[in-house]
Amino acid sequence: MDSSGLGVRRAAGFVAPALLLIGVFLVFPALWTLYIGITNYQLTGPAAANPQVVGLDNLAEAVRDPLFTNSLWLTALFVLFSAVIGQNVLGFVLAWLLRSVSPWLRRTTEGLVLLCWILPSTVVAFLWFAVLSRDTGTLGLLLGQPETSWLVQYPMTSLVIFNVWRGTAFSMLLYTSALAAVPPSQLETARLAGASGWQTVRDVVFPHIRGHVLTNTLLISLWTANDFTPFLLTSGGPNHQSEVLPVLIYRQALEGGRLGYASAMSMLLLVGNLVIALVYLRLLRRRA
Amino acid sequence: MGRTKVFGLLVVCGLLAGCLGQTRNGDRARNADAEEITLTIVANAAVGGKNARGAGWIQNWVIPRFTELQKAKGVTATIRFEQNGTGDEDYKTKVALDLKTGGGGDIIEIDGIWLGEFAQAGQIKPLDEVVGDTGWDGWNQIPKAVQGLGEFDGKRYGVPMGTDGRVLFFNKKLFARAGLPADWQPRSWQDVLDAGEKLKGLQGVTPIQLNAGSAMGEATTMQGVLPALAGTGRPVYENGKWQGDSAQLKDVLGLYRKIYGGGLGDPVLQQETNGRQRSFTLFSENKIGILLESDYFWRSVLEPANGVARMADRDAAVGWALVPARSPGSGVGGQDFVSMSGGGVRVINPNTQYPRQAWEFMQFLNSAEAVKESLAGTAQLTQRQDVNDQVLGGDPMLSFVAEKVLPITRYRPGLADYPKVSAALQQATADVVSGRSPDDVARSYREALVKAVGEQNVG
Repeated sequence: MDSSGLGVRRAAGFVAPALLLIGVFLVFPALWTLYIGITNYQLTGPAAANPQVVGLDNLAEAVRDPLFTNSLWLTALFVLFSAVIGQNVLGFVLAWLLRSVSPWLRRTTEGLVLLCWILPSTVVAFLWFAVLSRDTGTLGLLLGQPETSWLVQYPMTSLVIFNVWRGTAFSMLLYTSALAAVPPSQLETARLAGASGWQTVRDVVFPHIRGHVLTNTLLISLWTANDFTPFLLTSGGPNHQSEVLPVLIYRQALEGGRLGYASAMSMLLLVGNLVIALVYLRLLRRRA
Repeated sequence: MGRTKVFGLLVVCGLLAGCLGQTRNGDRARNADAEEITLTIVANAAVGGKNARGAGWIQNWVIPRFTELQKAKGVTATIRFEQNGTGDEDYKTKVALDLKTGGGGDIIEIDGIWLGEFAQAGQIKPLDEVVGDTGWDGWNQIPKAVQGLGEFDGKRYGVPMGTDGRVLFFNKKLFARAGLPADWQPRSWQDVLDAGEKLKGLQGVTPIQLNAGSAMGEATTMQGVLPALAGTGRPVYENGKWQGDSAQLKDVLGLYRKIYGGGLGDPVLQQETNGRQRSFTLFSENKIGILLESDYFWRSVLEPANGVARMADRDAAVGWALVPARSPGSGVGGQDFVSMSGGGVRVINPNTQYPRQAWEFMQFLNSAEAVKESLAGTAQLTQRQDVNDQVLGGDPMLSFVAEKVLPITRYRPGLADYPKVSAALQQATADVVSGRSPDDVARSYREALVKAVGEQNVG
């Protein structure tokens, strides 16, 4: 079957550049990580010169490592509260409320929310540092509690709020376009039938956008699970209390020098991502 | 198609796998007669930032001078200075990655304690293997103990950049307000804690800063755990074994507990990302009473002209005292007072294009003239005896270190496992500061130690 009429060879010629890029920048690094993950490769010391293959020892160690389980738990909390709940709900609420306001207010709000999303991470981290730090931090001064070091005393809460602030723009945009697909006649009917705002959302709007909700949740969950920005704010501290998986992997690999062990943990993170993606895909398919 | 592609990639992977961890070797005399050379020097120093004086010296004196000298010989030399201004751990990671990927500067400044790791990884090599003949009249000026900072396994890898000593710094103004003497010299840990109790009465003052936790990195080990351990009479490495959850270690953790559980120290500060830098600033603002640091604190941090946390009245306001053992005579070697020392080392990158010229540059960097110039009129324990004899007399703090501290000091074990042990010690102090009991923490520390260095190496 050759619907394009190109012939196998020419078709292969067309996709070869793309496959090459994917191979070099995606498949090869992934396989390379797998390989390093079964060695005791280190950044310095004897195992840097002569790494040994240790098989699945790294994986076994990771599963038993309290730092790893701690970090897995923190990552789950981070994804659940900042992405699945925070960004999703706030993004939808913004999209829903902004439908009925005057255009200039809508554009201004959307502009501000987008700004949180498009600013470079380092700039944003610096700004948040200025807000949350002790003694001269803006938040402490506003609340009259300058002695509170928010990032040290409430590390996960700070990160969750930060990430909601940072990532809501995507959900807002996606829901704005999804809401445009809801037939106005049905909304009008619901209004005439005397449905409350919540009843309208639940019974009229939601059935139309369920697919968008799933897609959005999938994307933001994966992004959040792999997000490295927490490192810029807390470096995983204090005492591992905000060490989400990407941060743990970085610290083990580069601060601890244990490249092999960190690669094994990266692989576990990859597997975790695949599992999340599969669950969502299955949900999507069932709906279809 | 898909299957062959995956197979092809696996083959490539397999081929590359053989390359993991290998390093290159070259001819020592390569490019020895080059008429155009480029050398890069890498340091954790930045003009106007961290270690500003050293950075300024390289930028404004070393580079023009050396370029001129080479020009006189008919060689066009381009010397680059790669500046960094970051935490020591981040700098180390960067250097390790540079060396690992075959890059990096030609001359690199590192902490002497990283030497073992880099050497065992083959990322740096003995000096004579890199540059050939290393004869130099400067060696006679560098004391044996200081030369040891640049050696590993009996081989010389680099040229030390001087040494230091650790003391207790204290703020005389706060001491006066708390009714403590200006010539304070504690004789035991209890004396320090007692002084802390008195300082506690002052509003807005943290009595004692003893570095703790992982965020402070090596500063926790070097300015906290190790001097304290030395004060219990048992060094961290002894008779081929690392100290486990001994009574002495528990004593040290107990000291941390007394300070951070008893309101004598600020536990939050230990966990902040930039806690150490902040502790410097707080001390310079008269908000910390007692702080354990090396003479670096005096000459580079509080220094009124170029310091990172300048203290205009440093000379009048800051006092120093020897670090006491737990109780008189309980320190290592039966000493009443203890200290720890370390120092930086300059090494030559084995991948350099110009090994002979790099060695020539190295000699220039360590010449009496250059070393003296690097001080810019201030004093420091340099690597060279002839320079020290001339400059230390003018600075009471540094003369004190040279005369009173260096004779009683200890150096860290220069072993590749040391950084792992150090990390475990940092974690132990972090756990105590966050409220766990010293006994419990000592047990976890032992487990971490066994995991890091192996059961047979833990005493």
